[in-house]
Amino acid sequence: MHKLTRATLALNGLGRCFIAEKHLSGIKIISRGLVCAEHGNDPGKNEVYDVIISGGGMVGSAMACSLGMDPNLEGKKILLLEAGNKKVMDKVPDTYSTRVSSISPGSATLLSSIGAWEQITKMRCKPYQKMQVWDACSDALITFDKENLQDEMAYIVENDIVVAALTQQLDGLSDNVQVKYRSKVVKYAWPMPHQAAESIPWVQITLASGETLQTKLLIGADGPNSMVRRELGIPTVKWGYDQSAVVAVLHLSEPTENNVAWQRFLPTGPIAMLPLSDTESSLVWSASHRFAEELLEMDEESFVDAINSAFWSNENQSELIETAGSLFRSALSAIMPSAGSPRQLPPSVAGIGPKSRVMFPLGMGHASEYIRHRVALIGDAAHRVHPLAGQGANLGFGDVACLTQLLSQAAFNGKDLGAIQHLLEYETERQRHNLPMMAAIDLMKRLYSTNVAPVVLLRTFGLQATNMLPSLKVSSSSLYVQTYAPLHPFETGHHYDNINHLSNLCSTSTATPPSTLFSDYTELYFSGVYNFQGSEPTTMASKFSPKFSVTKSVWVGCRAGPGAADSGVGLCFHTPFITDHSCEMALFPTK
Amino acid sequence: MLSNKFGRLMFGLYSRKRGAVCGVTRSGFSWTAVCKQRTLWLQRSACLKTQQHALPCPVSLRSVSQTTVDPDEVRRFQSLAGKWWDEQGEFAALHAMNDLRVPFIRDNLLNVHNTRHPGKPLAGLRILDVGCGGGLLTEPLGRLGASVLGIDPVEDSIGTAQLHSSYDPDLRDRVCYQACTLEELSAEDEEEGGEEEQGAGQFDAVVASEVVEHLADLETFAFCCSHVLKPGGSLFITTINKTNLSYALGIVVAEQLLRIVPSGTHDWEKFISPVELERLLESNGFSVQSVQGMLYNPVSGAWSWTNSTAINYALHAVKVRDEQAGESGSRPEEDTAATHS
Repeated sequence: MHKLTRATLALNGLGRCFIAEKHLSGIKIISRGLVCAEHGNDPGKNEVYDVIISGGGMVGSAMACSLGMDPNLEGKKILLLEAGNKKVMDKVPDTYSTRVSSISPGSATLLSSIGAWEQITKMRCKPYQKMQVWDACSDALITFDKENLQDEMAYIVENDIVVAALTQQLDGLSDNVQVKYRSKVVKYAWPMPHQAAESIPWVQITLASGETLQTKLLIGADGPNSMVRRELGIPTVKWGYDQSAVVAVLHLSEPTENNVAWQRFLPTGPIAMLPLSDTESSLVWSASHRFAEELLEMDEESFVDAINSAFWSNENQSELIETAGSLFRSALSAIMPSAGSPRQLPPSVAGIGPKSRVMFPLGMGHASEYIRHRVALIGDAAHRVHPLAGQGANLGFGDVACLTQLLSQAAFNGKDLGAIQHLLEYETERQRHNLPMMAAIDLMKRLYSTNVAPVVLLRTFGLQATNMLPSLKVSSSSLYVQTYAPLHPFETGHHYDNINHLSNLCSTSTATPPSTLFSDYTELYFSGVYNFQGSEPTTMASKFSPKFSVTKSVWVGCRAGPGAADSGVGLCFHTPFITDHSCEMALFPTK
Repeated sequence: MLSNKFGRLMFGLYSRKRGAVCGVTRSGFSWTAVCKQRTLWLQRSACLKTQQHALPCPVSLRSVSQTTVDPDEVRRFQSLAGKWWDEQGEFAALHAMNDLRVPFIRDNLLNVHNTRHPGKPLAGLRILDVGCGGGLLTEPLGRLGASVLGIDPVEDSIGTAQLHSSYDPDLRDRVCYQACTLEELSAEDEEEGGEEEQGAGQFDAVVASEVVEHLADLETFAFCCSHVLKPGGSLFITTINKTNLSYALGIVVAEQLLRIVPSGTHDWEKFISPVELERLLESNGFSVQSVQGMLYNPVSGAWSWTNSTAINYALHAVKVRDEQAGESGSRPEEDTAATHS
């Protein structure tokens, strides 16, 4: 069963990676249309929204904020539906919550573009600079760190804090985004793919209160058990790991700098300690259901002992692998004496937070389609991963950034927001990103849940070699660290001025190098993705937000006339957290 | 497979025309008749310039606002509606062309008008979409905030367009359609003294996308465009060049080899080269701002800008302000052409 489902996933992934989407789009649209078709009988004069987002969790709220702040979407009617109560946080609670997320710099950039990151840093978050991953069956280890330790690798933030910050931002956006709390959807009615007389071309949503809403685009952000996905009948490839995660807040025995995320692969499952403050860390321990229950029922002292021994014990190591591993390591260091990072020891745990031990089952799921006619799925509704790489929230925020950018562009081109063309682009782009990530996480999980000697030996060599070879490590760290380009303008309100201005500049000065072109501007912001041709390197790095280091910039000659704003000035750059992808985007000056 | 794809390209390009033919046939005369008459007219006008020649034009001039659409008609338009708005169907290439032509119109208008309306960049502008068909280009322009009037002589297409836009509350106030020709619109205004909404010099822009290759009388078309435009207003045209390549692709491949379009649908003689079009427009008080080639990739189904105008091209012209006074008095021969889309 697992093999079958995995085969589907893999094929799907291969398809996504290698086959140009457009070849298939025709077939897809037809097949989707057939599945979706349903006549709307209610001729009602209900209000038509441009976008309705179902689900106000971290990802759904971020989507609402992101759309509400996009200048191209100004004046659009956006509604967020949340089943729960409004979560207002007047002051940060004294105790840490057990549900935390690792927020990558990419996600942080998205959150700061919608103004929530400032709130989060004001409330509570803990950056970490380094991640050490090691094996219980050998001494092999790998560390991921930033080249210069000033940069944060990622942040550990409590989910409640993220939601509270986003809720606060949504309050400020009440002109653009409406929010209905305590609203439960009881029925979705899907439109026909093409227009037919007497049928409403929009998605219709019936709430438990009896209210009926219509929308041109429905975004499903309603979590791993998404009702939107279920109602659409989108097939989902999923399997359980027969594992549960035990989470808890840990008190360290002594205050440390605590800027390292620790993860050890035990034969029973990975255990991770994520920094929350100088004296506290968050535990995520994946284990079989039975062992997890045992852990939950233990008294506090034995639980703490279990954690410490999980991080420190060597009982799973065999002599053969030990010897082979150290031989391999010394051979490697003979070739490259300076490479590799020294092993650090994790802090020891003294106690746990009161009533902080919780367990929940783990699983993996992936919707085979992220979109249908006038519907898009984001976040856990589309994909759910094992928490071992801390990517769940980041994949969701990546969806938000991608979808916002495509919808913004669609609006600026006067398109129907629910049209399938740009939704297909969203699906292709995100599946191409999400599937390899999910496959890698799944593979890692499986590779490390065995203690069969050849496998252990193989992974020991692999881990050691990887730790030694900087280039290899870089590419694998991009796996760990969320990679998506912040495509959002950091500041809103200047968009049109800029495009106009750029068009004007383009039509008057076709040969001006950008350094002169932008000399009047102190800051530059990105917006949109464009295609570039030609190249002439310039140095504009200093003009960027320090979050991005520009390694290579490309100047493209701007054309007069048609598509002037579409050609634009382009920069090719690497961000510190995107290691092997260069991002292309157009830059518009801001006065 | 490839030839199919390629066929779809040409089909998409010319299917607008087909719609027009159907409509015209229904209205009581055939396309070939139009062509013949045009040839006849050309011959006659060569020796007798003052000869007035009017086509039988059974298309009633009536303003069909969306509230007056009766349910029977709506049902009748059902099949055609699906055709126009099927993004993967016969009009796929026209749908895809929006990726080029909407930014082309938007950016050029923004350059001229310098308006600042986030979310509605074209707010406050009045645009006339000549030969709007099912409203494929009319709706995006309306969504960008402009108030757009779409006209098309084929009533069925207008019905489709109205039905499609009636569901969208954003478009209800901004987009309206009328089943008439450009000449009728222009003349109507003259009769009513220019006080009506669609009066002379009322539009900030006129858009004629994939239309002029179907026209019988470009001279009148250019005159009428100038007539309805405000001084300084923009005219946007996309069409097919008159080259050997366009003959090969448009007539030989699409009509004769692949037979996607009924033989004889397109008249290569009616295609117009950018140079010719430019000359024609300049003589009618326009100043041509830019001409840009467009290229359709039948495999990806996407359009892109190109430097070569050998097949398709887009043109932006501006009505010259100064010559306005002098031009308005003299009107060439009576309109003879129905503007088909």
